[in-house]
Amino acid sequence: MISKIVESAATAVRDIPDGATVMIGGFGTAGQPVELIDALLEHGVGDLTIVNNNAGNGTTGLAALLGAGRVRKIICSFPRQVDSQIFDGLYRAGQLELELVPQGTLAERIRAGGAGIAAFFTPTAFGTTLADGKETRRINGRDYVLEEALTADFALIKAHEGDRLGNLVYRKTARNFGPLMASAAHTAIAQVNRIVEVGALDPEAVVTPGIFVERLVEVGGRLPLATEGQ
Amino acid sequence: MTVRTRGPLTRDDMARRVADDIREGAYVNLGIGLPTKVSDYLPSDREIILHTENGMLGMGPAAVGDEIDPDLLNAGKIPVTELPGASYFHHADSFGMMRGGHLDICVLGAFQVSTSGDLANWHTGGEDAIPAVGGAMDLAIGAKQVFVIMELFTKEGACKLVDECSYPLTGIGCVDTVYTDYAVFDITPRGVVAREIFGELGLDELAELTGLALSAD
Repeated sequence: MISKIVESAATAVRDIPDGATVMIGGFGTAGQPVELIDALLEHGVGDLTIVNNNAGNGTTGLAALLGAGRVRKIICSFPRQVDSQIFDGLYRAGQLELELVPQGTLAERIRAGGAGIAAFFTPTAFGTTLADGKETRRINGRDYVLEEALTADFALIKAHEGDRLGNLVYRKTARNFGPLMASAAHTAIAQVNRIVEVGALDPEAVVTPGIFVERLVEVGGRLPLATEGQ
Repeated sequence: MTVRTRGPLTRDDMARRVADDIREGAYVNLGIGLPTKVSDYLPSDREIILHTENGMLGMGPAAVGDEIDPDLLNAGKIPVTELPGASYFHHADSFGMMRGGHLDICVLGAFQVSTSGDLANWHTGGEDAIPAVGGAMDLAIGAKQVFVIMELFTKEGACKLVDECSYPLTGIGCVDTVYTDYAVFDITPRGVVAREIFGELGLDELAELTGLALSAD
Protein backbone atom coordinates (compact mmCIF):
# COMPACT_ATOMS: atom_id res chain seq x y z
CA MET A 1 0.00 0.00 0.00
CA ILE A 2 1.30 3.38 -0.91
CA SER A 3 1.71 5.80 1.94
CA LYS A 4 3.62 9.03 1.61
CA ILE A 5 2.75 10.12 5.12
CA VAL A 6 5.66 10.78 7.46
CA GLU A 7 5.21 11.29 11.17
CA SER A 8 6.93 14.60 11.66
CA ALA A 9 8.36 17.61 9.90
CA ALA A 10 11.80 16.65 11.23
CA THR A 11 11.56 13.22 9.60
CA ALA A 12 10.34 14.76 6.37
CA VAL A 13 13.44 16.93 5.92
CA ARG A 14 16.15 14.78 7.50
CA ASP A 15 17.82 13.69 4.24
CA ILE A 16 18.17 17.20 2.82
CA PRO A 17 21.95 17.52 2.36
CA ASP A 18 24.36 20.43 2.42
CA GLY A 19 24.34 22.27 -0.87
CA ALA A 20 20.80 21.26 -1.83
CA THR A 21 18.50 23.45 -3.89
CA VAL A 22 15.24 23.84 -2.00
CA MET A 23 12.08 25.50 -3.29
CA ILE A 24 9.90 26.97 -0.54
CA GLY A 25 6.27 27.88 -1.24
CA GLY A 26 4.33 30.82 0.07
CA PHE A 27 3.44 34.40 -0.68
CA GLY A 28 3.47 36.36 2.52
CA THR A 29 1.99 34.23 5.28
CA ALA A 30 -0.28 32.47 2.80
CA GLY A 31 1.05 29.05 1.92
CA GLN A 32 4.27 29.41 3.88
CA PRO A 33 5.30 25.96 5.18
CA VAL A 34 6.40 27.29 8.55
CA GLU A 35 6.86 23.95 10.33
CA LEU A 36 8.94 22.49 7.49
CA ILE A 37 11.17 25.57 7.37
CA ASP A 38 11.67 25.35 11.13
CA ALA A 39 12.53 21.67 10.77
CA LEU A 40 15.06 22.48 8.05
CA LEU A 41 16.66 25.07 10.32
CA GLU A 42 16.78 22.54 13.15
CA HIS A 43 18.22 19.90 10.78
CA GLY A 44 21.28 22.11 10.51
CA VAL A 45 22.42 21.81 6.89
CA GLY A 46 23.94 24.74 5.04
CA ASP A 47 25.19 26.03 1.69
CA LEU A 48 21.60 25.90 0.45
CA THR A 49 20.15 27.50 -2.64
CA ILE A 50 16.62 28.67 -1.86
CA VAL A 51 13.87 29.47 -4.36
CA ASN A 52 11.05 31.56 -2.89
CA ASN A 53 9.06 34.62 -3.94
CA ASN A 54 10.62 36.67 -1.15
CA ALA A 55 13.71 36.55 1.02
CA GLY A 56 12.24 36.25 4.48
CA ASN A 57 10.27 38.50 6.78
CA GLY A 58 11.01 39.43 10.36
CA THR A 59 13.23 36.98 12.21
CA THR A 60 11.40 33.68 11.79
CA GLY A 61 10.96 31.11 9.01
CA LEU A 62 13.08 31.77 5.94
CA ALA A 63 14.59 34.86 7.58
CA ALA A 64 15.86 32.67 10.44
CA LEU A 65 17.38 30.24 7.93
CA LEU A 66 19.19 33.15 6.29
CA GLY A 67 20.20 34.59 9.64
CA ALA A 68 21.75 31.28 10.70
CA GLY A 69 24.03 31.43 7.65
CA ARG A 70 22.55 28.34 6.01
CA VAL A 71 21.85 29.88 2.63
CA ARG A 72 24.43 30.54 -0.09
CA LYS A 73 22.10 31.81 -2.78
CA ILE A 74 18.50 32.92 -3.09
CA ILE A 75 16.44 33.00 -6.27
CA CYS A 76 13.43 35.26 -5.76
CA SER A 77 11.40 38.16 -7.15
CA PHE A 78 10.93 40.52 -4.23
CA PRO A 79 13.58 40.41 -1.51
CA ARG A 80 13.29 43.96 -0.20
CA GLN A 81 10.42 44.49 2.19
CA VAL A 82 9.82 46.57 5.28
CA ASP A 83 10.83 43.68 7.50
CA SER A 84 13.51 41.99 5.37
CA GLN A 85 16.34 43.28 7.55
CA ILE A 86 18.14 39.92 7.78
CA PHE A 87 18.31 39.54 4.00
CA ASP A 88 19.24 43.21 3.59
CA GLY A 89 22.19 42.91 5.96
CA LEU A 90 23.58 39.72 4.39
CA TYR A 91 23.13 41.06 0.87
CA ARG A 92 24.87 44.34 1.63
CA ALA A 93 27.70 42.43 3.32
CA GLY A 94 28.13 40.31 0.20
CA GLN A 95 27.37 37.12 2.11
CA LEU A 96 24.39 36.03 0.04
CA GLU A 97 24.08 35.65 -3.70
CA LEU A 98 20.84 36.99 -5.20
CA GLU A 99 19.27 35.99 -8.49
CA LEU A 100 16.41 38.40 -9.06
CA VAL A 101 13.64 37.12 -11.33
CA PRO A 102 10.34 38.79 -12.30
CA GLN A 103 7.55 37.06 -10.40
CA GLY A 104 5.73 35.65 -13.42
CA THR A 105 8.99 34.48 -14.95
CA LEU A 106 9.90 32.79 -11.66
CA ALA A 107 6.56 30.97 -11.66
CA GLU A 108 6.90 29.94 -15.31
CA ARG A 109 10.51 28.77 -14.86
CA ILE A 110 9.33 26.50 -12.05
CA ARG A 111 6.36 25.31 -14.09
CA ALA A 112 8.67 24.56 -17.01
CA GLY A 113 11.02 22.69 -14.71
CA GLY A 114 8.22 20.39 -13.64
CA ALA A 115 6.92 19.97 -17.17
CA GLY A 116 10.13 18.97 -18.93
CA ILE A 117 10.53 22.24 -20.82
CA ALA A 118 14.18 23.31 -20.87
CA ALA A 119 13.62 27.00 -21.58
CA PHE A 120 11.06 29.39 -23.04
CA PHE A 121 10.83 32.81 -24.64
CA THR A 122 8.90 35.40 -22.62
CA PRO A 123 8.20 39.08 -23.37
CA THR A 124 8.61 40.01 -19.69
CA ALA A 125 11.73 42.05 -18.90
CA PHE A 126 12.75 42.55 -22.53
CA GLY A 127 14.81 45.73 -22.75
CA THR A 128 15.40 45.88 -18.99
CA THR A 129 18.50 45.21 -16.91
CA LEU A 130 17.02 41.87 -15.82
CA ALA A 131 17.44 40.65 -19.40
CA ASP A 132 21.11 41.66 -19.58
CA GLY A 133 23.24 38.90 -21.02
CA LYS A 134 20.26 36.73 -21.96
CA GLU A 135 19.47 35.50 -25.42
CA THR A 136 16.64 37.41 -27.10
CA ARG A 137 14.63 36.72 -30.20
CA ARG A 138 12.01 38.55 -32.26
CA ILE A 139 9.12 36.24 -33.01
CA ASN A 140 6.22 37.46 -35.15
CA GLY A 141 7.26 41.05 -34.57
CA ARG A 142 7.54 40.90 -30.80
CA ASP A 143 10.70 40.71 -28.71
CA TYR A 144 11.28 37.93 -26.20
CA VAL A 145 13.87 36.89 -23.62
CA LEU A 146 15.04 33.28 -23.24
CA GLU A 147 14.55 32.01 -19.70
CA GLU A 148 15.65 28.61 -18.46
CA ALA A 149 13.62 26.19 -16.38
CA LEU A 150 14.18 25.82 -12.65
CA THR A 151 14.21 22.51 -10.85
CA ALA A 152 15.14 21.64 -7.28
CA ASP A 153 16.27 18.75 -5.15
CA PHE A 154 13.49 19.39 -2.64
CA ALA A 155 10.34 21.48 -2.36
CA LEU A 156 8.72 22.46 0.91
CA ILE A 157 5.11 23.47 0.39
CA LYS A 158 1.93 23.94 2.38
CA ALA A 159 -1.45 22.61 1.35
CA HIS A 160 -4.79 22.41 3.11
CA GLU A 161 -5.70 18.75 2.90
CA GLY A 162 -3.96 15.73 1.49
CA ASP A 163 -4.35 11.95 1.40
CA ARG A 164 -1.76 9.18 1.74
CA LEU A 165 -1.35 9.10 -2.06
CA GLY A 166 -0.18 12.72 -1.95
CA ASN A 167 -3.22 14.28 -3.58
CA LEU A 168 -3.51 17.87 -2.38
CA VAL A 169 -6.02 20.69 -2.17
CA TYR A 170 -5.15 24.19 -1.09
CA ARG A 171 -6.95 27.11 0.54
CA LYS A 172 -7.52 30.43 -1.24
CA THR A 173 -4.40 32.42 -2.14
CA ALA A 174 -2.23 29.98 -0.14
CA ARG A 175 -2.07 27.91 -3.34
CA ASN A 176 0.38 30.33 -5.02
CA PHE A 177 3.63 28.46 -5.82
CA GLY A 178 2.69 25.12 -4.21
CA PRO A 179 1.51 23.13 -7.24
CA LEU A 180 4.39 24.41 -9.37
CA MET A 181 7.11 23.64 -6.86
CA ALA A 182 5.67 20.19 -6.16
CA SER A 183 6.12 19.33 -9.82
CA ALA A 184 9.60 20.86 -10.20
CA ALA A 185 11.32 19.21 -7.24
CA HIS A 186 12.85 15.74 -7.16
CA THR A 187 11.41 15.30 -3.67
CA ALA A 188 8.32 17.37 -2.88
CA ILE A 189 7.38 17.58 0.78
CA ALA A 190 3.96 18.95 1.66
CA GLN A 191 2.77 19.97 5.08
CA VAL A 192 -1.00 19.86 5.33
CA ASN A 193 -3.49 21.09 7.88
CA ARG A 194 -5.24 17.73 7.74
CA ILE A 195 -4.70 14.29 6.27
CA VAL A 196 -7.92 12.73 4.99
CA GLU A 197 -8.83 9.20 3.87
CA VAL A 198 -8.22 8.19 0.29
CA GLY A 199 -11.46 8.92 -1.56
CA ALA A 200 -12.40 11.85 0.64
CA LEU A 201 -11.02 14.41 -1.79
CA ASP A 202 -13.24 15.08 -4.79
CA PRO A 203 -11.16 13.91 -7.79
CA GLU A 204 -12.54 16.84 -9.79
CA ALA A 205 -11.16 19.23 -7.19
CA VAL A 206 -7.70 17.77 -6.57
CA VAL A 207 -5.23 20.53 -7.45
CA THR A 208 -1.93 18.67 -7.10
CA PRO A 209 -2.21 15.01 -8.14
CA GLY A 210 -0.29 12.70 -5.83
CA ILE A 211 2.29 11.80 -8.48
CA PHE A 212 3.99 15.13 -7.80
CA VAL A 213 4.26 14.62 -4.04
CA GLU A 214 6.76 12.34 -2.31
CA ARG A 215 6.02 13.04 1.36
CA LEU A 216 3.33 14.67 3.40
CA VAL A 217 3.08 15.52 7.03
CA GLU A 218 0.11 16.74 9.03
CA VAL A 219 1.05 19.69 11.16
CA GLY A 220 -2.33 20.37 12.73
CA GLY A 221 -2.40 23.92 11.50
CA ARG A 222 -5.41 26.12 11.65
CA LEU A 223 -8.46 24.11 10.69
CA PRO A 224 -10.79 25.37 8.01
CA LEU A 225 -13.56 27.78 8.81
CA ALA A 226 -16.90 26.12 9.44
CA THR A 227 -18.29 27.34 6.14
CA GLU A 228 -15.45 25.95 4.05
CA GLY A 229 -15.97 23.10 1.65
CA GLN A 230 -12.88 21.32 0.50
CA MET B 1 9.98 80.81 -11.35
CA THR B 2 8.14 79.13 -8.52
CA VAL B 3 7.40 75.52 -9.33
CA ARG B 4 4.02 74.42 -8.17
CA THR B 5 4.50 70.70 -7.71
CA ARG B 6 0.96 69.60 -6.92
CA GLY B 7 -1.82 69.98 -9.45
CA PRO B 8 -5.53 70.59 -9.04
CA LEU B 9 -6.48 66.97 -8.37
CA THR B 10 -5.98 65.22 -5.04
CA ARG B 11 -4.87 61.58 -4.98
CA ASP B 12 -8.47 60.57 -4.35
CA ASP B 13 -9.61 62.66 -7.32
CA MET B 14 -7.01 60.95 -9.47
CA ALA B 15 -8.18 57.51 -8.36
CA ARG B 16 -11.79 58.51 -9.08
CA ARG B 17 -10.80 59.72 -12.55
CA VAL B 18 -9.11 56.38 -13.36
CA ALA B 19 -12.13 54.49 -12.05
CA ASP B 20 -14.38 56.45 -14.43
CA ASP B 21 -12.45 54.98 -17.38
CA ILE B 22 -12.85 51.36 -16.30
CA ARG B 23 -15.68 49.94 -18.30
CA GLU B 24 -18.40 47.45 -17.51
CA GLY B 25 -17.19 43.86 -17.68
CA ALA B 26 -13.48 44.64 -17.44
CA TYR B 27 -10.95 42.31 -15.81
CA VAL B 28 -8.59 44.64 -13.95
CA ASN B 29 -5.39 44.42 -11.93
CA LEU B 30 -4.68 47.30 -9.56
CA GLY B 31 -1.06 47.67 -8.54
CA ILE B 32 0.17 48.26 -5.01
CA GLY B 33 -0.06 51.79 -3.53
CA LEU B 34 -2.05 54.57 -5.17
CA PRO B 35 -3.54 52.23 -7.83
CA THR B 36 -5.23 50.24 -5.04
CA LYS B 37 -7.22 53.35 -4.16
CA VAL B 38 -8.97 53.10 -7.54
CA SER B 39 -11.04 50.23 -6.11
CA ASP B 40 -12.71 52.66 -3.71
CA TYR B 41 -14.22 54.55 -6.65
CA LEU B 42 -15.27 51.82 -9.07
CA PRO B 43 -18.83 52.67 -10.15
CA SER B 44 -21.26 50.35 -8.36
CA ASP B 45 -23.43 50.00 -11.45
CA ARG B 46 -20.63 48.31 -13.41
CA GLU B 47 -19.59 44.70 -12.96
CA ILE B 48 -15.78 44.82 -12.81
CA ILE B 49 -13.66 41.84 -11.81
CA LEU B 50 -10.45 42.45 -9.91
CA HIS B 51 -7.42 40.21 -10.38
CA THR B 52 -4.68 39.87 -7.80
CA GLU B 53 -1.53 38.31 -9.22
CA ASN B 54 -0.91 36.08 -6.23
CA GLY B 55 -3.77 33.96 -7.52
CA MET B 56 -7.35 35.21 -7.49
CA LEU B 57 -10.09 36.70 -9.64
CA GLY B 58 -13.10 38.27 -7.96
CA MET B 59 -11.22 39.97 -5.16
CA GLY B 60 -13.40 41.93 -2.75
CA PRO B 61 -12.59 44.81 -0.37
CA ALA B 62 -9.99 44.63 2.39
CA ALA B 63 -10.95 42.22 5.18
CA VAL B 64 -11.83 43.59 8.60
CA GLY B 65 -12.33 41.89 11.97
CA ASP B 66 -13.55 38.32 11.67
CA GLU B 67 -13.16 38.39 7.90
CA ILE B 68 -9.37 38.33 8.18
CA ASP B 69 -8.01 35.02 6.89
CA PRO B 70 -4.24 34.47 6.66
CA ASP B 71 -4.80 32.35 3.54
CA LEU B 72 -6.54 35.20 1.69
CA LEU B 73 -4.20 38.04 0.81
CA ASN B 74 -3.78 40.47 -2.05
CA ALA B 75 -0.53 41.17 -3.88
CA GLY B 76 0.37 43.75 -1.24
CA LYS B 77 -0.01 40.96 1.36
CA ILE B 78 -3.04 42.73 2.84
CA PRO B 79 -5.95 40.49 3.97
CA VAL B 80 -8.85 40.82 1.53
CA THR B 81 -12.23 39.20 0.92
CA GLU B 82 -13.68 37.16 -1.91
CA LEU B 83 -16.77 38.06 -3.91
CA PRO B 84 -19.34 35.58 -5.26
CA GLY B 85 -17.93 34.09 -8.46
CA ALA B 86 -14.34 34.34 -7.27
CA SER B 87 -11.72 31.79 -8.35
CA TYR B 88 -8.28 30.79 -7.12
CA PHE B 89 -5.34 29.57 -9.20
CA HIS B 90 -1.61 29.05 -8.91
CA HIS B 91 1.05 31.60 -9.83
CA ALA B 92 1.81 30.26 -13.31
CA ASP B 93 -1.87 30.47 -14.29
CA SER B 94 -2.13 33.90 -12.71
CA PHE B 95 0.82 35.33 -14.59
CA GLY B 96 -0.22 33.45 -17.72
CA MET B 97 -3.50 35.34 -17.50
CA MET B 98 -1.51 38.54 -17.43
CA ARG B 99 1.29 37.77 -19.88
CA GLY B 100 -1.16 36.11 -22.24
CA GLY B 101 -3.10 39.33 -22.68
CA HIS B 102 -6.30 38.20 -21.00
CA LEU B 103 -6.57 41.07 -18.53
CA ASP B 104 -8.20 44.20 -19.91
CA ILE B 105 -6.59 46.86 -17.76
CA CYS B 106 -3.68 47.11 -15.39
CA VAL B 107 -3.26 50.25 -13.26
CA LEU B 108 0.27 50.95 -12.03
CA GLY B 109 2.23 53.61 -10.22
CA ALA B 110 5.44 54.99 -11.70
CA PHE B 111 8.66 56.87 -11.03
CA GLN B 112 8.75 57.94 -14.67
CA VAL B 113 6.89 57.36 -17.94
CA SER B 114 8.44 58.32 -21.26
CA THR B 115 6.63 59.99 -24.13
CA SER B 116 6.94 56.72 -26.05
CA GLY B 117 5.30 54.78 -23.22
CA ASP B 118 8.36 53.31 -21.51
CA LEU B 119 7.71 52.65 -17.83
CA ALA B 120 10.13 52.95 -14.91
CA ASN B 121 8.59 51.89 -11.63
CA TRP B 122 10.68 49.16 -10.01
CA HIS B 123 14.09 50.50 -9.11
CA THR B 124 15.63 53.88 -8.48
CA GLY B 125 18.97 52.61 -9.76
CA GLY B 126 20.70 53.82 -6.59
CA GLU B 127 24.03 52.15 -5.83
CA ASP B 128 22.94 50.58 -2.55
CA ALA B 129 19.28 50.20 -3.35
CA ILE B 130 18.37 46.53 -2.97
CA PRO B 131 16.59 45.50 -6.16
CA ALA B 132 13.11 43.98 -5.88
CA VAL B 133 10.94 43.54 -8.95
CA GLY B 134 8.00 41.35 -7.93
CA GLY B 135 5.32 41.32 -10.61
CA ALA B 136 6.08 44.80 -11.96
CA MET B 137 7.61 43.70 -15.26
CA ASP B 138 4.89 41.12 -15.90
CA LEU B 139 2.15 43.66 -15.15
CA ALA B 140 3.75 46.26 -17.41
CA ILE B 141 3.67 44.15 -20.55
CA GLY B 142 0.68 41.89 -20.06
CA ALA B 143 -2.63 43.70 -19.96
CA LYS B 144 -4.46 44.95 -23.05
CA GLN B 145 -4.27 48.47 -21.64
CA VAL B 146 -1.79 49.82 -19.10
CA PHE B 147 -2.83 52.89 -17.13
CA VAL B 148 -0.38 54.76 -14.96
CA ILE B 149 -1.59 56.88 -12.05
CA MET B 150 1.00 59.27 -10.65
CA GLU B 151 1.59 62.85 -9.64
CA LEU B 152 3.02 64.72 -12.63
CA PHE B 153 5.93 66.18 -10.66
CA THR B 154 8.21 64.90 -7.93
CA LYS B 155 8.27 66.81 -4.66
CA GLU B 156 11.40 68.52 -6.00
CA GLY B 157 9.51 69.70 -9.06
CA ALA B 158 10.93 67.31 -11.67
CA CYS B 159 8.45 66.19 -14.30
CA LYS B 160 7.83 62.44 -14.24
CA LEU B 161 6.55 62.33 -17.80
CA VAL B 162 9.81 62.57 -19.73
CA ASP B 163 11.28 62.20 -23.18
CA GLU B 164 13.50 59.39 -21.94
CA CYS B 165 13.43 57.60 -18.58
CA SER B 166 16.55 58.02 -16.45
CA TYR B 167 15.52 55.28 -14.01
CA PRO B 168 15.90 51.59 -14.94
CA LEU B 169 13.05 50.45 -17.18
CA THR B 170 10.26 48.11 -16.20
CA GLY B 171 8.90 47.75 -19.73
CA ILE B 172 9.29 49.33 -23.15
CA GLY B 173 6.48 51.17 -24.94
CA CYS B 174 3.90 49.59 -22.67
CA VAL B 175 1.95 52.53 -21.18
CA ASP B 176 -1.26 53.66 -22.87
CA THR B 177 -2.57 56.42 -20.61
CA VAL B 178 -1.14 58.46 -17.75
CA TYR B 179 -3.54 59.88 -15.15
CA THR B 180 -1.98 62.75 -13.21
CA ASP B 181 -3.02 65.57 -10.92
CA TYR B 182 -2.77 68.01 -13.84
CA ALA B 183 -4.11 66.12 -16.83
CA VAL B 184 -4.88 62.80 -18.49
CA PHE B 185 -2.29 62.00 -21.15
CA ASP B 186 -2.66 59.42 -23.88
CA ILE B 187 0.58 58.00 -25.29
CA THR B 188 -0.07 57.73 -29.02
CA PRO B 189 2.01 57.01 -32.13
CA ARG B 190 1.82 60.73 -32.91
CA GLY B 191 3.04 61.74 -29.47
CA VAL B 192 1.52 62.69 -26.15
CA VAL B 193 -2.06 63.88 -26.26
CA ALA B 194 -3.42 65.83 -23.29
CA ARG B 195 -6.90 64.36 -23.46
CA GLU B 196 -8.18 66.24 -20.44
CA ILE B 197 -6.61 69.08 -18.48
CA PHE B 198 -7.76 69.84 -14.94
CA GLY B 199 -7.91 73.34 -13.47
CA GLU B 200 -7.02 76.52 -15.23
CA LEU B 201 -3.89 75.76 -17.20
CA GLY B 202 -4.07 75.78 -20.97
CA LEU B 203 -2.31 73.32 -23.27
CA ASP B 204 0.58 75.71 -23.95
CA GLU B 205 1.13 76.39 -20.26
CA LEU B 206 1.12 72.68 -19.50
CA ALA B 207 3.60 72.07 -22.32
CA GLU B 208 5.85 74.76 -20.88
CA LEU B 209 5.54 73.42 -17.34
CA THR B 210 6.41 69.89 -18.42
CA GLY B 211 8.89 70.78 -21.14
CA LEU B 212 7.13 68.34 -23.46
CA ALA B 213 5.59 68.58 -26.90
CA LEU B 214 1.90 68.07 -26.23
CA SER B 215 -1.12 68.11 -28.45
CA ALA B 216 -4.79 68.36 -27.60
CA ASP B 217 -7.31 65.64 -28.23
